[in-house]
Amino acid sequence: MGERGKSKGKYTTVSIPITLYNRIKELIKDTGFTSVSQYVTYVLREIVAAHEEAKYSEVFSEEDKKRIIEKLKKLGYL
Amino acid sequence: MVSRPHGGRLVKRVVTGKRLEALREEAKELPRIELNYDLAVDVENIAHGVFSPLEGFLVQEDYVHVLYDMRLSNDVPWTIPIVLDVDPEEIAGVREGDDIVLVYNGEPLAIMKVEEIYGWDKKEHAKQVFKTTDTGHPGVAKTMQMKELLIGGPIDLIGHVPSPSFEKYLLWPEETRVLFREKGWKTIVGFQTRNAPHRGHEYVQKAALTFVDGLFVHPLVGWKKKGDFRDEVILAAYEALIKHYYPKDVVVLAVLRTAMRYAGPREAIHHAIVRKNFGCTHFIVGRDHAGVGNYYGPYEAWEIFNEFPDLGITPMFIREAFYCKKCGGMVNAKICPHSSEHRLRISGTKIREMLLKGEKPPEYMMRPEVAEAILSFDKPFVE
Repeated sequence: MGERGKSKGKYTTVSIPITLYNRIKELIKDTGFTSVSQYVTYVLREIVAAHEEAKYSEVFSEEDKKRIIEKLKKLGYL
Repeated sequence: MVSRPHGGRLVKRVVTGKRLEALREEAKELPRIELNYDLAVDVENIAHGVFSPLEGFLVQEDYVHVLYDMRLSNDVPWTIPIVLDVDPEEIAGVREGDDIVLVYNGEPLAIMKVEEIYGWDKKEHAKQVFKTTDTGHPGVAKTMQMKELLIGGPIDLIGHVPSPSFEKYLLWPEETRVLFREKGWKTIVGFQTRNAPHRGHEYVQKAALTFVDGLFVHPLVGWKKKGDFRDEVILAAYEALIKHYYPKDVVVLAVLRTAMRYAGPREAIHHAIVRKNFGCTHFIVGRDHAGVGNYYGPYEAWEIFNEFPDLGITPMFIREAFYCKKCGGMVNAKICPHSSEHRLRISGTKIREMLLKGEKPPEYMMRPEVAEAILSFDKPFVE
């Protein structure tokens, strides 16, 4: 991670089965990942982001929407 | 559906109605800090959600995380520190917790709650953000001229920075989100640029557009280095290109008012995040994106995306295009089998040299209508 992580002291421990740990250790050999923790962080961020994405729905009030559409029409975008 | 705003919620800190009147009145009594143009437009960007999830200028904890981890303290990816620099005498008497008014051109622009006042190491900042401390780098040079302290805290917008030349093209994220929806676009690719378009740009945009519903051409207007195209010129050139060479209703042209940082790979991520906030689902990352001189490798801005599995916008890496005499058109190295003797490179530098002499570049480099639009300006370049 080079100099990254210099904001230090912000790590915590999560337990995973040793069997899984060993499996990941084997998997990341000769990849860009330098540790199991780095790999797990990467995968978790990917999954968490996907879950957050799935939960999102865009909401505009009718009033806002009307105001925006009027502006867009005036500017020639619609 | 257009993309989810970065951090999960589109920030809106624009004060309206009765509260606006009250805050403008209150502003008369508050300590004032005069902002330059670049800071002023970034205040508006924060307030309108361009920099979501930022609600204001970075406090120290976020600043340190951004500097070293390229993430905010809540783990959300963020690569360019958005900071407000001040001189100690400017904030004499201001304490953490106080409200101040940010002023542009003598007019109140925003109220800021000063959460934190902190020192910073400009050299370290430059080393982390620009990967160099060489003051020949325009971003480093600018950093070294910044003031001694940083202040962080949320802002509430009570004014507007006018841009008479671009007002028509000034759209905010909530507006483009509605616009894309009204157009029925579900997938939108964003294109960042600080250049007038040549055939290579057109090729890349059209290649990307083949796979999505709409193209969002989003030139950056604001501080640029000497020799870059002037903002008005970029817009006129794009108007000509879109009018003559793009199908109707698949392109939206708007401007992003913010300064170029020339931070290469870090700025590529920043540009992608900003376009995600505007509703883009995809983002075209150029070769040496946001680079300058030889400070970054040509594909560093592509590689950095591997570090962000949670960015929430899909980067599109499209190879640089050239004209192949044997293929008889614009192609790239992946799809053209011919040797270099048949290939004509589209050189931005060469195009600039020709335009500076008042000459039209050949058609394989730049569309004639685009060249004419550029040459209609007396001074097309930043001096």
